[in-house]
Amino acid sequence: MKIPHRPLSPHLQVYNLPLTALLSISHRITGVSLTLGIVLLTLWVFSAALGEEEYNLFSLFLNFWLGKLVLFGFSVALFYHLCNGIRHLFWDIGMNFDLKKTMLADYTVLFSSIILTILVWFFALRDLI
Amino acid sequence: MIDGSSQFRSHLRHARGMGSAKEGTHHWLAQRVTALALLPLTFWLVFSLVTLSLEGHLEFITWLSSPISGTLMILFLLVSFHHGQLGIQVVVEDYISNITIRRTLLIVTKFISYLLATLGIVSVLRIIFESL
Repeated sequence: MKIPHRPLSPHLQVYNLPLTALLSISHRITGVSLTLGIVLLTLWVFSAALGEEEYNLFSLFLNFWLGKLVLFGFSVALFYHLCNGIRHLFWDIGMNFDLKKTMLADYTVLFSSIILTILVWFFALRDLI
Repeated sequence: MIDGSSQFRSHLRHARGMGSAKEGTHHWLAQRVTALALLPLTFWLVFSLVTLSLEGHLEFITWLSSPISGTLMILFLLVSFHHGQLGIQVVVEDYISNITIRRTLLIVTKFISYLLATLGIVSVLRIIFESL
């Protein structure tokens, strides 16, 4: 008997991911990128331990627009991963499993991570404003 | 008639050498406990970086050499790298099916994580002791 070549059913390319699934994969992506963030933090502390010159060189990069953009990216990833992580901890103790609460948590996570990011950058750049 | 390959062997035969039970949730639990520890540590770090003026080297050194900041920074580095490598491990196990590449990546991840964590911790200690 010939086996027909049928496409696999719902696959990632043709499957319209619901918001919860998008947030789930974002948790992974932000998590992996945040490990690069702590590498940057480590190098920053390391540069300070080396001396003033090295520290200033590192700060120069961070204050450059590209450095600021990188820091902004990390702050978004951090607050998203933090807020969604709290939601995961609630799941882990068996709370918020029904669809309504899950969807409410979706929007709460998105909203609070945006607010936290804006808040932090408002305070970080308060001298410039 | 004697086809004893499976019939007379208990499941123990296959279980031996595969590691004991009772510890299966260790990775999962460690990820959650480190996440819990990182909540206050992250808020402290972000709050410090935003409110303190850390532009100059002297300000940074003064801030980090205080016993509380030093302790919290060392804890943050240690716990965040531990949490990070646990997370990377799951991602590697999920997406890399080639067993050689997978095992290599897992070991490399752990080596780099603890190398960098130690580098950060030693740097904090040096800043603390140099400022004494």
